[in-house]
Amino acid sequence: MHELSIAHSIVEIAKQQLTSPTERVRSIRLRIGALSCVHRDSLYFSFDLITADTPLAGAKLLIDELPIVVFCPNCEALRELPGIQSFTCPACGTRTADLRQGRELDVESIEVVDEGHSVNTPTSHMVTAEARARTSP
Amino acid sequence: MIEPRILEVRTKILKKNDELARAMRAEFQRLGVLVVNLVSSPGTGKTALLQETLRRMVEAGWPAAAVVGDLETDNDARRLAQSGATVRQIMTHGMCHLEADMVQRHIADWDLGSLEYLFIENVGNLVCPSSWDLGESVRVALLSVTEGEDKPLKYPNLFNTADVAVITKIDLAEACEFDRSAALDNLAAIRPGIRVIETSAKRGIGLDVWLDYLRQMRERMMN
Repeated sequence: MHELSIAHSIVEIAKQQLTSPTERVRSIRLRIGALSCVHRDSLYFSFDLITADTPLAGAKLLIDELPIVVFCPNCEALRELPGIQSFTCPACGTRTADLRQGRELDVESIEVVDEGHSVNTPTSHMVTAEARARTSP
Repeated sequence: MIEPRILEVRTKILKKNDELARAMRAEFQRLGVLVVNLVSSPGTGKTALLQETLRRMVEAGWPAAAVVGDLETDNDARRLAQSGATVRQIMTHGMCHLEADMVQRHIADWDLGSLEYLFIENVGNLVCPSSWDLGESVRVALLSVTEGEDKPLKYPNLFNTADVAVITKIDLAEACEFDRSAALDNLAAIRPGIRVIETSAKRGIGLDVWLDYLRQMRERMMN
C-alpha cells in the first residue's frame, strides 16, 4: 500500500496550488509510467480516504498511462515495448536497458474551481430576484 | 460564474523525496560513504547476507554501518549488531517501504565521515520500495534460489531499477531444482547487462566477489 504515500504527496502538491479558501480541486491529471508500480484502485481508494472533508474531496484522478519506451541501439530508434516483461526491441530483438520512458510518476495538471465565485454569483442573482418579487406590488 | 482553471503543474509526485535523496547522495559521496540499498521479498536472506558482510568488513577494518527497516521488532538490528558494526533499526509501524527522510532521521547523529560503507536494509517487499530513492549509490535486488527463477518477471519494476542482482542461498540450488540459466536469462530480460553475484552467506560462497564488487563501486564513486 505505498499508494497511500503517493496519494499524500499528490495532495500536498495540489494544496500548494490553491490560493483561496473557497477554491476546490475538481480533478488532477497524472502521468504514470508502466514501470512505476502504482495500483490504480489502491491509489483511488487512498486518495478518497485522505481527501474527505478537504478542498480536494471528490476530485477525480485522471491517469494517463505511459508505456515503456526504450532506445534500441541496433535500430537507432525509440521503440515502445508491448509489455514490461522483456526489455527487447520489438522490431529487431536486440536487448536494451536504455529506458527513455516508463518510470514517470508526475502530476501534470490540476483543475481548480473557485466556489466563492461559482456559488455566490448566481445566489446573489437569486436573492435580488426574490427581493424584487417580494417588493413588487 | 468563474470557469474552472487548469493549472499546469508538471511536478514529480515524489519530488520531495527525490530532492532529499539527491542531497543525501551528494553528501554521502562527498564524505566517501558508499550507500547500498538492499531490496528483496521477506525471507530472501538480506539480513543473513548483511550480517556476514558486516562481520567480514569489521574484521578487515572497513568502517561499515547499517540501518534496517522492518514493520515491527528490532530483531534484525540486534542480529546485525553481533557483527560489531554500528546498526540502527527503523521500525516503520506498518509502512511497506523506507523513504529518504526516515533514513536521514535515523542516522542524524552518526559521524558519517568515519564510515566507508552504509547499508540500508529495506523493508522486505518487492513492490513498494522501488519508487523511493534513499540516496543510495547502489541498489541491490536479492533473489533466493528458493523463490523461483521467474521472480524478475513477476516483479520487473524492482529488478529494472537495480544496479546489481544478488542470488542468495546458492548452496540450496540443487535441492530446490533451481534453474540457474533461466534465472540469469530472466534477469537479463528485465535488466539487460545487469551484474549478477551468486552467494551463500551461510557457506561463505561468493562473498569475496560481493565484497570486491562493493569496494570497486566505492572506488568508482570516489573518482
